[in-house]
Amino acid sequence: MSPDQAHDQGSTRRRLSPAPVLDLDPLLDDPATRIVVCCGSGGVGKTTTAAALGLRAAERGRKVVVLTIDPARRLAQSMGIDSLDNTPRRVKGVEGDGELHAMMLDMKRTFDEIVEAHADGDRAASILGNPFYQSLSAGFAGTQEYMAMEKLGQLRARDEWDLIVVDTPPSRSALDFLDAPKRLGSFLDGKLIRVLLAPAKVGGRAGMKFLNVGMSMMTGALGKLLGGQLLKDVQTFVAAMDSMFGGFRTRADATYKLLQAPGTAFLVVAAPERDALREAAYFVERLAAEDMPLAGLVLNRVHGSGAAQLSAERALAAAENLDLVHARADENLEEPRIVDQDGGKAGLRNSPDTYGSSESPATDPERDAPTGANRQTATDTDRTASADATTGAHSGAHSGADADRTVDDLTAGLLRLHAERMHLLSREQRTRDRFTALHPEVAVSEVAALPGDVHDLTGLRDIGNRLAANRPELPEAADA
Amino acid sequence: MVTLEDVSRLQVVSGKGGTGKTTVAAALALALATAGKRTLLVEVEGRQGIAQLFETQALPYEERKIAVASGGGEVYALAIDPELALLDYLQMFYKLGGAGRALKKLGAIDFATTVAPGLRDVLLTGKACEAVRRKDKNGRFVYDYVVMDAPPTGRITRFLNVNDEVAGLARIGPIHNQAQAVMRVLKSSETAVHLVTLLEEMPVQETADGIAELRAAKLPVGRVIVNMVRPEVLDEDGLELVRTVTRSSVARSLSAAGLGGARRGGHAERLVDPLLQQAEEYAERYALEHEQRAVLGELDLPLHELPLLAEGLDLAGLYQLANELRKQGIA
Repeated sequence: MSPDQAHDQGSTRRRLSPAPVLDLDPLLDDPATRIVVCCGSGGVGKTTTAAALGLRAAERGRKVVVLTIDPARRLAQSMGIDSLDNTPRRVKGVEGDGELHAMMLDMKRTFDEIVEAHADGDRAASILGNPFYQSLSAGFAGTQEYMAMEKLGQLRARDEWDLIVVDTPPSRSALDFLDAPKRLGSFLDGKLIRVLLAPAKVGGRAGMKFLNVGMSMMTGALGKLLGGQLLKDVQTFVAAMDSMFGGFRTRADATYKLLQAPGTAFLVVAAPERDALREAAYFVERLAAEDMPLAGLVLNRVHGSGAAQLSAERALAAAENLDLVHARADENLEEPRIVDQDGGKAGLRNSPDTYGSSESPATDPERDAPTGANRQTATDTDRTASADATTGAHSGAHSGADADRTVDDLTAGLLRLHAERMHLLSREQRTRDRFTALHPEVAVSEVAALPGDVHDLTGLRDIGNRLAANRPELPEAADA
Repeated sequence: MVTLEDVSRLQVVSGKGGTGKTTVAAALALALATAGKRTLLVEVEGRQGIAQLFETQALPYEERKIAVASGGGEVYALAIDPELALLDYLQMFYKLGGAGRALKKLGAIDFATTVAPGLRDVLLTGKACEAVRRKDKNGRFVYDYVVMDAPPTGRITRFLNVNDEVAGLARIGPIHNQAQAVMRVLKSSETAVHLVTLLEEMPVQETADGIAELRAAKLPVGRVIVNMVRPEVLDEDGLELVRTVTRSSVARSLSAAGLGGARRGGHAERLVDPLLQQAEEYAERYALEHEQRAVLGELDLPLHELPLLAEGLDLAGLYQLANELRKQGIA
């Protein structure tokens, strides 16, 4: 079957319609785009993607701030944001008229700032010194997510930038940053708070008496569970924060609305791996349920191949052919007079034909052209000579056969490397196709895998180019 | 070879996101279950990763047999739901059945398991420690080993050490006592915390940082497991040759292998550039991997490597990884 035939057959087979390509430049250039949120599971390159998008937008003329959560140290250093001062810093080395500012989130500091901004001196001090507050702000479940959204709201309110690119925390679930503010908000607003505040507020109101019996039973249970002193810390904290609760809730709601606003675009970031794409699919569904605007999927670390026409199976078979040539040559070297060279050669010439003949001779007139055959003959002649030399005296001279052999070993290695690449590629393709089948409406931008990590603006610029290249890295049809 | 007495009974597996810590935890549970042992594989992050790996339905909050290992061993799995664990706990210690429901209505359970600092983590680690210590009526341990698929490296120390924080926060009372008890198990030689990494800069850096944090918190660091190690296809000599070889000789060699014409424009000839390009990418990665191996070598911990499974991970692959871990003496 010729490659062309294979292609024809592939196209008549039922196959996935290709995912729409995500065109990022128009999104970044559009002045109506004010917030880009990069979300996805851990280890898929969210931070790098956020930084690369920020740089690209800045170099295309926008005034951008990138809010990163936990950047790799060297990336943070190269952007000059490795000091934790919780405010955006201008990044040097950006080309063009735009500006890039970047910051790394310090969640405790962000929380402290909220307290300081909303409570007077004494009350703020008592909150900041409360052991319960200290644990809460130092980063237990949800705080980081909450503070990331809080910071986003603050940056947006300052209105100094025309585009904010946000990275999201590496949560156990990519959805946490949507849920955490609500959860904290509903806690701070909820019945529990009133129960906790009850002892402080019991004061002569006869109508409340019955209710308070129930409530003190509750606080009794809580006290039993938490221990009296912790409960007291919580109560003091809650009492001190009482005046701020409304503010918390209002801001959490405002941030949530901001995420739904037309100027916001969500990018789901994933790698072509099962878990990452499963998480991405959940996220796509969740965003739709929350009426949050999804721009598309960024698929990082995708592998391609310039030689995708050569399948893994054929590459491996060809590598074996090369091994075989030398295995037989070795036999010949050891027992040059016993093994019939011509027989061995005939076998060799025949075996690759199984693969060679699958290419249509008509489309490749030179396949059987003298080059290959001549080389083979020449090699065999050399080998005979070298065998003679070996049986005679160990001349040690470099013969053409040795050179051929080294090149053949290398070529076999190249072919095995290619087979490995093709296996990877078809696995990535299957994973991606599964996502595309579930969500054909989601536009995808594929970014080629880089051998190393990104540490500097040049690297980020390169990623930016790849992000905006509008070109799939993986072949479309699942024929491989 | 490590003898069984040396293997800690609670094995905590962490790693940066994307390194495959759930896979390694599952393979470890399988590996430890050979020779008639029973292991419990515990999930704490509610992602149902274990069910997906073992190709079963979502796990409920109950211990359930999910696999058998060679020699009659068994692997049980448990996905801990913090809310149910709290109600369990209330029931067990306070017989708070009705009050528990009332607390739930109030939002107190939700508060305790999601917002309250550290409580959630105490419940999760507490449940795992309970399984480690549980004995049957003959006084034998119900599980020979408990393997925990733990939160990622960036949060592992805080997660495990949270009992200390809670113990500090709740200076008296039942939570304080519970936290103290759990902490005693976690800091003892009964526990080992393993870190899964890839041969890439960020995961390796995070592993090094994580180990420093664990050690500072006096938590017992076990082993470093390098996951998804790609086979060495070309060695140093081969890579040297990639830089010097002539295109035409590679084309001739490809042609000899049966891949078409070596002349300009021939099938074999057209493969040369992309194949050499792939080799250069490989060379770059090879150099980076060597650097990262060296960094890991300086951590002064037992180092293990698990191969990348070319066809992706399935159940058979999981058993293969378990075999590999056993061969390397980790279980």
